[in-house]
Amino acid sequence: MTLSDELRNEPPEKLLVECVSKTFQARSGTLLALENISLNVREGEFVCLVGPSGCGKSTLLNIIAGLDSPDTGRVLADGEPVTGPGRERMVMFQESSLFPWLDVFDNVMFGLKLNPRLSREGRRKVALFFLKLVGLEKFIHANIHELSGGMKQRVALARALAPNPRVLLMDEPFGALDAMTREQLYGDIQEIWAKRRKTIMFVTHNVREAVCLGDRVMLFSPHPGRIQEQFEIKLPRPRDINSVELAKYSTEITRTLKRHLIPEFSEVSE
Amino acid sequence: MKRWTTAMLAFVGLMAIWEWLVRAGVWSPVLVPSPVDVGKYLVASIQDKTLIEACYVTLKRLMLGYAVGLGFGLPLGLLTARFKFFKDTLGLLALGFQTLPSVCWAPLALLWFGQTETAMFFIVIMGSIWSITLAADAGVRNVPPIYSRAAQTMGSRGLHTWFKVILPASLPFIVSGMKQGWAFAWRSLMAAEIYITILTGFGLGHLLHYGRELHAMDTVIGIMIVIVIIGLLTDKILFSPFERFLHRRWGTGK
Repeated sequence: MTLSDELRNEPPEKLLVECVSKTFQARSGTLLALENISLNVREGEFVCLVGPSGCGKSTLLNIIAGLDSPDTGRVLADGEPVTGPGRERMVMFQESSLFPWLDVFDNVMFGLKLNPRLSREGRRKVALFFLKLVGLEKFIHANIHELSGGMKQRVALARALAPNPRVLLMDEPFGALDAMTREQLYGDIQEIWAKRRKTIMFVTHNVREAVCLGDRVMLFSPHPGRIQEQFEIKLPRPRDINSVELAKYSTEITRTLKRHLIPEFSEVSE
Repeated sequence: MKRWTTAMLAFVGLMAIWEWLVRAGVWSPVLVPSPVDVGKYLVASIQDKTLIEACYVTLKRLMLGYAVGLGFGLPLGLLTARFKFFKDTLGLLALGFQTLPSVCWAPLALLWFGQTETAMFFIVIMGSIWSITLAADAGVRNVPPIYSRAAQTMGSRGLHTWFKVILPASLPFIVSGMKQGWAFAWRSLMAAEIYITILTGFGLGHLLHYGRELHAMDTVIGIMIVIVIIGLLTDKILFSPFERFLHRRWGTGK
């Protein structure tokens, strides 16, 4: 251990991805979805993965969640290897993954019921707390199909937060929403993140969104999926997606993204 | 209430036209009895309890056979949905047997079980089980994988995922399969009762059969009406609440 290591005062590593590769069998041959990905996320950090569609960022998120397993390499959460999905790493999916056979309240209760440490009354209180946090206390007994897209994703957020995960993995959660609703949710998610101090990994193809939310933005390029560059976003919070400073960052990142993207386009991995 | 009244009036009007056609001699009363005659038969058979008993015998067979069909059909469907081997073997068999009109089981049932209640049950079970199996299979296959993935991240595993996620998610399919299974069971039982005479109980099918033998058209049409009414009632009482719940929750239908 060197002196500089001793003197560093950084928060502990929450997630460590080491040399993860993943291939898929496609009809046209083997597709290298992720090649040798290594990254780390610190406790309480908000990290955004940005890249075009099909660059493997969702695959990486699924591997971190434990829903997929890597071909090579490994993922460590708090120093422990990830072997399967678990409550400590909750996922919020891009499409609505809410259960239509349950109402809003029971959707949030689903994960809580699987926690044996909570009493029945405790679970109800926790569910109500998070539904209030996302501003849906008036809709607890609504059916899922009665909600708007933005409300659905709020329920999904409450459901993901309720089991009190240490890490929140968000896979393009606002992709299907209109701009107005999305802007509102950017504010909400920053507020909740500040209140609850979660470690968040957020996947998106929207550079502005990533700059608005992330402490750090990682740039993904496809075929094969690789992390090309990282950007620290040093802007005060809460951030407004329409601010000029934010636009400067996102212009720079978009430019870099394009530079990485265009030569890669013709290349197809077999 | 207004809809109900207008519907009632329409039916009364239809019966009046029917009565008039018979009275005016357009339809021979030998082939088409008047609604009044049919009504008289129904009242008489309710009074001497033959109709009540026949309904009881038939419904008992139907309920028991259907329950067994459901009890086996549902797990079989889950099995074919879960394991490729069962899909390739049992699934194919189910598909084949479902296309087989269930009255085709009657000769086999007669030879195996004789003129017994067992033969009746066998035909009802064979009539209902396959469509329930296929519906459960289709239901499970149509569950978006994202539901079980989401459940897994919340700590759900194995049987919990099956009972709390996959089964409820496939309910719309399963309920329509149950309905179809019921319809098939009802048809096959009627066919079996008309086809097989047994001494342990006279069902509605037997009454229909003897109506034909005796050329008692009032009996034939009266029993047919009873069969239609029972079908309607089971649909309204057994399945409608289920379907209303599903429509409300899933937001399907009107």
